[in-house]
Amino acid sequence: MTDTTLTASADKPGFITTAALQKAVAFVVLIVLLGFFSIFAPNFAAWNNMVNIMQATAVNGVLGVAVTFVIISAGIDLSVGTMMTLTAVTAGIVLTNLGMPLPIGILGAMLAGALMGAINGVVIAKLKIPPFIATLGMMQVSRGLALVVSGAKPIYFNSTPGYQYISPESSISLIIPGLEIPNGVLVMFGVALISSIVLTRTLLGRYIFALGSNEEAARLSGVNVDFWKIVTYSICGMISGIAGLLISSRLNSAQPALGLGYELDAIAAVVIGGTSLSGGRGTVLGTIIGAFIMSVLTNGLRVMGVQEEWKIVITGIIIIIAVYVDNVLRKKT
Amino acid sequence: MSSPGPSGDVPMLIEARGIEKSFPGVRALRGVDFDLHRGEVHALMGENGAGKSTLMKILTGVYQPDAGEIRVEGKPVTITGPHAAQALGIGIIHQELYLMNHLTAAQNIFIGREPRYGAGMFVDEKKMNADAAALFNRMQVKIDPAAEVGHMTVARQQLVEIAKALSFNSKVLIMDEPTSALNAAEVEHLFAIIRDLRSRGVGIVYISHKMDEIKRISDRITVMRDGQYVGTLPAEGTSISKIISMMVGRELADASRAEGEARAEVALRVTGLNRGAVIRDVSFELRKGEILGFAGLMGAGRTEVARAIFGADQIDSGTIEVHGKEQKIPTPRDAVKAGLAYLSEDRKHFGLVTPMSVVDNVTMASWPRFTSGGVWMRNSALRKTAADYVRLLKVKTPSVDQETRLLSGGNQQKVVIAKWLLRDCDILFFDEPTRGIDVGAKAEIYKMLQGLAADGKAIVVISSELEEVLRLSHRIVVMCEGRITGELDGRTATQESIMTLATQRQGKAA
Repeated sequence: MTDTTLTASADKPGFITTAALQKAVAFVVLIVLLGFFSIFAPNFAAWNNMVNIMQATAVNGVLGVAVTFVIISAGIDLSVGTMMTLTAVTAGIVLTNLGMPLPIGILGAMLAGALMGAINGVVIAKLKIPPFIATLGMMQVSRGLALVVSGAKPIYFNSTPGYQYISPESSISLIIPGLEIPNGVLVMFGVALISSIVLTRTLLGRYIFALGSNEEAARLSGVNVDFWKIVTYSICGMISGIAGLLISSRLNSAQPALGLGYELDAIAAVVIGGTSLSGGRGTVLGTIIGAFIMSVLTNGLRVMGVQEEWKIVITGIIIIIAVYVDNVLRKKT
Repeated sequence: MSSPGPSGDVPMLIEARGIEKSFPGVRALRGVDFDLHRGEVHALMGENGAGKSTLMKILTGVYQPDAGEIRVEGKPVTITGPHAAQALGIGIIHQELYLMNHLTAAQNIFIGREPRYGAGMFVDEKKMNADAAALFNRMQVKIDPAAEVGHMTVARQQLVEIAKALSFNSKVLIMDEPTSALNAAEVEHLFAIIRDLRSRGVGIVYISHKMDEIKRISDRITVMRDGQYVGTLPAEGTSISKIISMMVGRELADASRAEGEARAEVALRVTGLNRGAVIRDVSFELRKGEILGFAGLMGAGRTEVARAIFGADQIDSGTIEVHGKEQKIPTPRDAVKAGLAYLSEDRKHFGLVTPMSVVDNVTMASWPRFTSGGVWMRNSALRKTAADYVRLLKVKTPSVDQETRLLSGGNQQKVVIAKWLLRDCDILFFDEPTRGIDVGAKAEIYKMLQGLAADGKAIVVISSELEEVLRLSHRIVVMCEGRITGELDGRTATQESIMTLATQRQGKAA
């Protein structure tokens, strides 16, 4: 019963995995940035500002988590930004135009996202359209639909007072006075936690990693590749729907013209977080760290009085460095 | 023909002494010696992991040795990279071909050094094609220099690689498993080219697992084991069993014929299978406890038959009965449900998810069974099961968490076998089960297949190695050009009788 050779090395995970190292690298970058701005940007380290940063991370973090699923499966989703918009508009129509209760609106937004994601999945799995093209199409379709359905005008949530509680309000401060963490931040961490568990502990998670590592081998193992792909893209769409709720709650309106470009920020967060664009490797935690790096940069530079657009330049450089470091680390192990 | 020996003061092409190379956790080479004369074929043998590839990578500048000395034509050299190796006249033909499929033969050969005109702005395609044609002429092969490489057979692609190496005027040519994808006639052709090169003074390092080839083509044989130099012998007068014993450190029993009797019960009956011009009216039966060999030349349609039955490719017509019941198998998933498994020759692409662990690969086809409520993975159950199979099949791995890409070919194959056994598949298609697997592990795989058959599994072995088919099969089905040209009894079949059927084209058969 006792097989020493087998259990011995299995019990002590002595080797630091490359994924862990990469996460550590992203984490170190985050700490360095926080340290740097704390020293050089006045009031950066104030609690209020920390809350601002967290609030600003929420949407990109959630979208990043959405696209992490797809990227680990060796796919890509360019439509998360505009799917987010269309789900926000859906919530607006359900709540404001149709006057339905809040839970229906939330459900509607998530379902709309899941449906669009499922369409992405079907187009990719069944029609064999490459993910890049399929989701490029969906990006335009959802962007156009959002404008058409809303009449290209923002939909306000004034008739649904509770809507603010999705993101900017802080329920936790009602329980613990002074802890003014906005609900949107908690939603982000909740989505990240659940997603992380799904990816690491469930059958679906295993299949996503297997698809991303070697789709053909998975197929020949009898795995229903098409089905799991559709599920993966549906989840991505559904989480985009959550992002749609967060952003519209924060703006107290569904802005149909907003959303384009968010997909690239989300993908950037994923990549900075160490998830491989070629699939099979990645973590949700990395993505969240990646999203934080981006918003810390924005916020820190703003507080320092540097022209904010520099953040875009620096983000670009960080993406290149992150992938380079990843390559170097991977060669070493 | 006398084999060229060390001739006085003519310096050797390559002289490597005391080469050491370590990687994190592995001492890949420990004081290895190797030399190569002008105009000789020097076979380099050893099981996978013996250090052959590492040594060749050092000679071609991919790796730098930690210690040791290399002399090329008597002069000490440091081979800093592949370019330096090329400049020294050392060329290599890899087992896995490095060609650009969308470029023509000529473009592949002269990539990076195309003849140009117009101040170097334009490629002189005409001259390039003519130069390539001249190379092919010299090799006496008929290949259109302007044909896209991606449309060629593997054998022809390999000839393009050889032409490319020759175009560098290489004095040393390293060939890594050059015949692994060639049929008998193509091997003969390759040997003729090798002999021609040898007669022009080119030194050839020939890496192969195939004993009969080594015996036929090489002048000297160097054996390595576990990163160490074991010895160098003249090919003439050295027995195959002697070489094998040097390689594995023990003597192997001689090849034996299939053992045991197949049972009467039919596990799989295929009738009138058709798919375009690739599979034509194929019918056969496979019984429980039987190993059915599928022999034939490359492109005879054996792999295609297996893939079609497995639902990986669509069929035009034909019926498949599994255990007496007709089954529709449109996808691999349906095949697996019916208890069929297909073990591809290309394990890295179709068999394993190489970046994933042994646990994941062994259990992959059975994951839903290891969940609570169809959702949560039961990791401890997964690990325990995988560990059981690792023990059962004697997979050599430091842990069940090891990534499968780090295992040797033989152990990778065992992991794939474990996957299907765990999935309760009882009809197993093995496509080239020992390709890229070294001699010692081969015998183990054979024993495993025989054991599976004895347990009542029904097994199809597709193999281009006639010895393998003869050794394993109770019955042998021979294919040629998409159709079955005959069936032989495994006990009485001979290499000749198989080859006769394998080359029986339709015209002659009528």
